Amino acid sequence: MSLTATLPAANAAAQTNGEPLNYLNNGHGIRSWLLTKDHKRIAILYLISVSIFFVIGGIFALLVRINLLSPNGLFEPDTYNRIFTAHGIVMVFFFLVPAVPAILGNFLLPIMIGAKDMAFPKINLLSWYCYIIGAAFALTALVAGGVDTGWTFYTPYSTTYSNSNVLLTGIGIFIVGFSSILTGINFIVTVHTMRAPGMTWFRLPLFVWAHYATALVIMLGTPVLAITVALMALERIAHVGIFDPALGGDPVLFQHMFWFYSHPAVYIMVLPAMGVVSELIANMSRKRIFGYKIVAMSSLAIAVFGFLVWGHHLFVATQSVYLGIIFSFLSYVVAIPSAIKVFNWTATLFKGSISFDTPMLYGLGFIGLFLIGGMTGLFTAALGLDVHITDTYFVVAHFHYVMVGGSLMGFLGGMHLWWGKITGRMYPESWARAAMVIQFIGFNLTFFPQFLLGYLGMPRRYASYPPEFQVLHVLSTAGATILGIGLLITIIYFIWSLKKGQRAPANPWGAAGLEWHTSSPPPTENFLVAPVVTWEAYDFTQTEPKAQ
Amino acid sequence: MLEMIHGILALSTFGAIMDASGHFALPKLLGMSWMLPDQASTLAPDVDNLYLFLVGLTVFFTVLISGAIIYFFIKYRRRSNSEIPELIHGSVLLETTWSVIPLLISLFIFAWGAKIYLEQYTVPNDALDIYVVGKQWMWKFQHPEGQREINELHIPIGKKIRFVMATEDVIHSFYIPAFRMKEDIVPGPNRYSTVWAEATQTGTFHIFCAEYCGTSHSGMIGWVTVMNNKDYEAWLAGGAAGGSMAERGAALFQQLGCITCHHSDGMGLAPKLEGVYGTVQMLEGDKTVLADDSYVRESILSPTAKIVRGYKPLMPPFQGIVSEEQLQQLIAYVKSIGPAQAASPAGAGKAAATSPAPRPPIMSTGAPETVSPQSVQGTPGKQPAQDQQTAKPKGAKR
Repeated sequence: MSLTATLPAANAAAQTNGEPLNYLNNGHGIRSWLLTKDHKRIAILYLISVSIFFVIGGIFALLVRINLLSPNGLFEPDTYNRIFTAHGIVMVFFFLVPAVPAILGNFLLPIMIGAKDMAFPKINLLSWYCYIIGAAFALTALVAGGVDTGWTFYTPYSTTYSNSNVLLTGIGIFIVGFSSILTGINFIVTVHTMRAPGMTWFRLPLFVWAHYATALVIMLGTPVLAITVALMALERIAHVGIFDPALGGDPVLFQHMFWFYSHPAVYIMVLPAMGVVSELIANMSRKRIFGYKIVAMSSLAIAVFGFLVWGHHLFVATQSVYLGIIFSFLSYVVAIPSAIKVFNWTATLFKGSISFDTPMLYGLGFIGLFLIGGMTGLFTAALGLDVHITDTYFVVAHFHYVMVGGSLMGFLGGMHLWWGKITGRMYPESWARAAMVIQFIGFNLTFFPQFLLGYLGMPRRYASYPPEFQVLHVLSTAGATILGIGLLITIIYFIWSLKKGQRAPANPWGAAGLEWHTSSPPPTENFLVAPVVTWEAYDFTQTEPKAQ
Repeated sequence: MLEMIHGILALSTFGAIMDASGHFALPKLLGMSWMLPDQASTLAPDVDNLYLFLVGLTVFFTVLISGAIIYFFIKYRRRSNSEIPELIHGSVLLETTWSVIPLLISLFIFAWGAKIYLEQYTVPNDALDIYVVGKQWMWKFQHPEGQREINELHIPIGKKIRFVMATEDVIHSFYIPAFRMKEDIVPGPNRYSTVWAEATQTGTFHIFCAEYCGTSHSGMIGWVTVMNNKDYEAWLAGGAAGGSMAERGAALFQQLGCITCHHSDGMGLAPKLEGVYGTVQMLEGDKTVLADDSYVRESILSPTAKIVRGYKPLMPPFQGIVSEEQLQQLIAYVKSIGPAQAASPAGAGKAAATSPAPRPPIMSTGAPETVSPQSVQGTPGKQPAQDQQTAKPKGAKR
């Protein structure tokens, strides 16, 4: 109670030449950034580097769509194969996996629990350097001609047949995996040990719960990816027979190992975004999330069950029929906690005070698109149906609804909600609403036709295709162009707002959560007075009224 | 529009959903058939029914959730910047409702999908075999009668076809959308991928490679032509230079010197192969194995993997010596001297090639299954009726 009264006064006392001392102006020069141990500055380092990769991955996506305008393809097949591989690798390993946790998670998690920093600030910085070194390897591989294996690196193609830069890319992915692992360690230890007095487990914002669950998945899954990539490299260099049957190995073993990481990785990409959406919906409707505990526990349930469903990627890969049946069953089980979240978010709106501002639009966009992504997951988990749609555009559309419609919408929504907190400036609201609507339309136009294409039998990873599929491909490319324009607008006004945006008040939304109890941008130590929490999560009576 | 109204009217009587040939006609009546590929196999309507059910379910939940969101959005829009709505914690009843109902729906879909999957992967006993080899970047087919094709495949309507598939290099996936049929072909000395289909429509349909296999992956496509039985017989009569697969296999059996050890009187250094195919073999170490295609393949490519009881591991591996197609011919030969054919003196004749050897139903693929001795006797194969007219040709498409 006393906290809210004392904080603004304390902040005012810290004024230095007109601008309050904050993490951005506390230290200048390149060294103060590259050697920083401040979780907020590390988040900014991640924001810049991850955004660069998002733009690179987006350019590859547009090249993919341009190629598919014509049934014969506009590029050589070999070039196209390298383009879609680059798109997949860049977007999965260098954008989607780190985006929400490494940027928003890094910035917000300590603040939300009332801590001064992460438990291991130096390890946090190390994780960014892992990202950069891994990225350097991947970029080198790209510049040296790229890879043509697809992001899935299926053997024996990747170990024996491909003449592209498999090793270099593999090393990049191996190293960037450690960046995730280090972030995961930090999240877990920080949540366990650094919570402010009174911040009990069930007072944690759902964003923190989601990140805690994600960190568990990262810690348990990513080492398996590292092992898989290392074994692949071993076979490629030393011809040790692990996956290639010509050397005595088993190619399906690779698929089991790869998906043992890569299916949980879907939850690494989407759980943090779900955490963001819980914050968006709660704060923009000023309601406690309906069924808070169930939503928190559903994150953990997803994390646990997410490890037991990898075999649903192998329904036609000569896996035993009975194994297929077990994996299908478990896949339906993991659908339930996701469904619960969607129902609870919707119920949260009931009798709320619903704002139409951009963060809410993204939150609702997420629900709509993730709903379709999740429902089409019921199609792909249905054994007899998956035989027909696996490895077609149906699957491409399905995971883009989850990854782009889910993770990207969540990420952008979070960026809008906390942009003022992070940069101290507000983005232009009307531009942002327009951009969101453009993105939503563009996204659906891009990926909805792909469901139809897939069911008609259009296989994925085709550089050319039978002419009867052209109409739907052209629609999809048109949608991708609109989506690209929408995203470009967002990038432009975000950069514009850094100098020209309105100054952000401490709590522009009338939102609940400790991050709104400190100034925008926060001071280096996050809080001038260490917070003591005496209220439940999403208690909107504890907030400052929205600044007029 | 008129078509749609008719469709909705037709829904009122369940019988009307099926068209004359017993196929599911709802999508056609709703004007939705452009959303579906040709339904050209016995399983295609089953898969489409599940698909359309799920489409309906998705539409229902999307309308439900977005309807609720839009309603709340209008009704509870923020009217004053300082308003703080009352606190609601949750409701056990509601949470239970929207956990249990989706769970029940999910389990229903699971069971439905599994049922179709079991049909897709339970290869019937009386199927005709077509041998498939995938290589970068083409499809090669062999008919038991000896015809060989590249990227073109001719099959008869109304007959169960078993595809026995191997790859010469990387993983490929044999996909015929009109049959709703797909199976990866994984390289390895001890496995064939098998999948089956029964065509219900004459016409020409796409064959795709569905597993990314390198530079010309998208060029690894072909056509399957489904013919009525008369045309198919005529096409087969076009003849194949070099004889049936089994005859070629018999010639290879001589050429490669297999015959020097595998004596037909059982007195050679290696077990006699007459009457072996489709039966259970006793192995060293008190194990048994069903002598199916995958076992014969493994025994040729890496003979020491499983040693028949009473024999020594003397045979050299033929990995890299015989091509995938020759291997399939050798297997066709071994099959032709299996128990069903052993009685007929012709042995490797054409008759053997057209009537499949007895074969217990094989679940999916993978390594040769080891079975218990209780199930030793092979189930007698049924002779497929030559003039099956159950399926009604609906006119060639394309």
